[in-house]
Amino acid sequence: MLTELTQTAAVNYWPLCGVVVVILGFVLRFNPVLVVLVAGISTGLAAIMPLSQILAELGEGFLKTRTLPLILLLPLAIIGLAERHGLKQQAQAFIQQRKTTGISQFLTLYLAVRESTAALGLTSLGGHPQMVRPLIAPMSEAIAEQRWPGMPDLIRQKVRAMAAATDNIGLFFGEDIFVAFGAIVLMHTFLRESGIETDPLHIALWGIPTALCAFAIHALRLRQFEHSLLKLQQAAVSAEAAGFLTNAENTSVKPQVKP
Amino acid sequence: MISLSFLYLLLGLLLLWIALLSLCDRTLPNRFAAGAFWGCYALVFLVGDFLPHMLVGIIVVILALLAGSGALKASAQKALAPELLTQSMQRLGRWIFLPPLLIPLLTVFGVLVLSEIKGADWALLDAKNLTLVSLGLACVLSLPVVCGLTREKPVQAGLEAKRLMEAMGWAVLLPQLLATLGLLFNEAGVGTAVAALSETYLAVDERMVAVCAYSIGMALFTIIMGNAFAAFPVITAGIGIPLLVMQHGANPAVMAAIGMFSGYCGTLMTPMAANFNIVPAALLELKDPHLVIKAQFPTALLLLVANIVLLYFLAF
Repeated sequence: MLTELTQTAAVNYWPLCGVVVVILGFVLRFNPVLVVLVAGISTGLAAIMPLSQILAELGEGFLKTRTLPLILLLPLAIIGLAERHGLKQQAQAFIQQRKTTGISQFLTLYLAVRESTAALGLTSLGGHPQMVRPLIAPMSEAIAEQRWPGMPDLIRQKVRAMAAATDNIGLFFGEDIFVAFGAIVLMHTFLRESGIETDPLHIALWGIPTALCAFAIHALRLRQFEHSLLKLQQAAVSAEAAGFLTNAENTSVKPQVKP
Repeated sequence: MISLSFLYLLLGLLLLWIALLSLCDRTLPNRFAAGAFWGCYALVFLVGDFLPHMLVGIIVVILALLAGSGALKASAQKALAPELLTQSMQRLGRWIFLPPLLIPLLTVFGVLVLSEIKGADWALLDAKNLTLVSLGLACVLSLPVVCGLTREKPVQAGLEAKRLMEAMGWAVLLPQLLATLGLLFNEAGVGTAVAALSETYLAVDERMVAVCAYSIGMALFTIIMGNAFAAFPVITAGIGIPLLVMQHGANPAVMAAIGMFSGYCGTLMTPMAANFNIVPAALLELKDPHLVIKAQFPTALLLLVANIVLLYFLAF
């Protein structure tokens, strides 16, 4: 490829317009499936392929990538049936039963659970609608509330956002070390089509160093996050210090008025 | 020998069954479109190998148009009655984790042990696609276990698969379509164009520069496109294969693994990946729609640096 490049001076840059179509389509929020279809056809046209060849290339590529839906869809029957009988509820109970004292400790536990289950292919155990909104965000908030009663809204918002961020990070850097995850199959198929034979298991194993780094980095950041919240809370408390006296007077006055 | 074609047949039959169920479901608002989608998808798996590529291409266009126009809607499906669910949960306890965990365990078992069952000219599992065939087999073997544990019929498992596929909607098609686009990009010379650009503007003869170009390129392209799957073929064909593998002799498995993770760092930083970054902000009723990205940003940036270091030291 490289020698080809240096030999032929004129490189056709027009196929890059397919990339532009993808970017524009995603920015303008068209349906991604349609964006990809249009990008494919326009890339082919830019490379001066006849329409019949573009269709043939699409068909051939689609047949070669059938392994992706295979690994995506075959486990669904088993996971679906387990979900019907309380898989998610059991996972939630597991998280709830652990005794944790701080936000960073709780979210680090969730990060570990999320990353390791995703690495075993159980990506559907977490997720924002299923796990973060009903459980992880409220529980983190409850821990913060317990520690800092009457905390400012900003802390509440930050805690929720960090709960969502932790779910994403655990998922992304866990799922990719599961041998049969889509990304692995995609990489394997793409490299094979480019004439490089690799073992999917090796690709998965070489993801482990990054997965460990992701856990370490985010766990450290969670600790630092709790410190920053503490400072925010202290700042909020000292800002309210001026109004504190009047508050105290109010509370002492009220009981006298009531009876 | 168990090969991929056996699994294609299996999935094709499942999809055909879903197509027939959708067609006969009078409560489904667009049952003909849904039936046509699942039916066409079934065809690709059942007879795809015997059809001319151009015809498959036309089927792909039809599939994309049907999925893109919202033909896939979730049908009403009865969940387990609450009292039955509590009963079942009390009876099963943590055992409910067994069937889903069996899938990865049996996959590894297949790769390490079952692959050894072979003779001179035959093998139990297709050696070329060992991992995938093992996974398929693991799913097949887990089915009686999950049915036995939950005391349900296999038909119910099929219905649950249908429920989850419908819940995914058009997203069911996206990974495969993005992968197809990647192959088409390659065929049309997108990678060559990217390679020419990066060679013109970057001192890629330096190994560290090439490593940075690949990792940062993956992250940047993912930020722009919102999807690491879409960025991978472009950057790998443009920078990864010609520069890292061909010129500097990188191990392609390491390069791919860490490259994709660099792309994921990009996913954490972009509002384009709405599912992960914007939707949760709405779900959690955050005032700032970008607060999740802000929470992720430092982790993503540090991890990108870690990826560059790992790639530099592990790939060569």
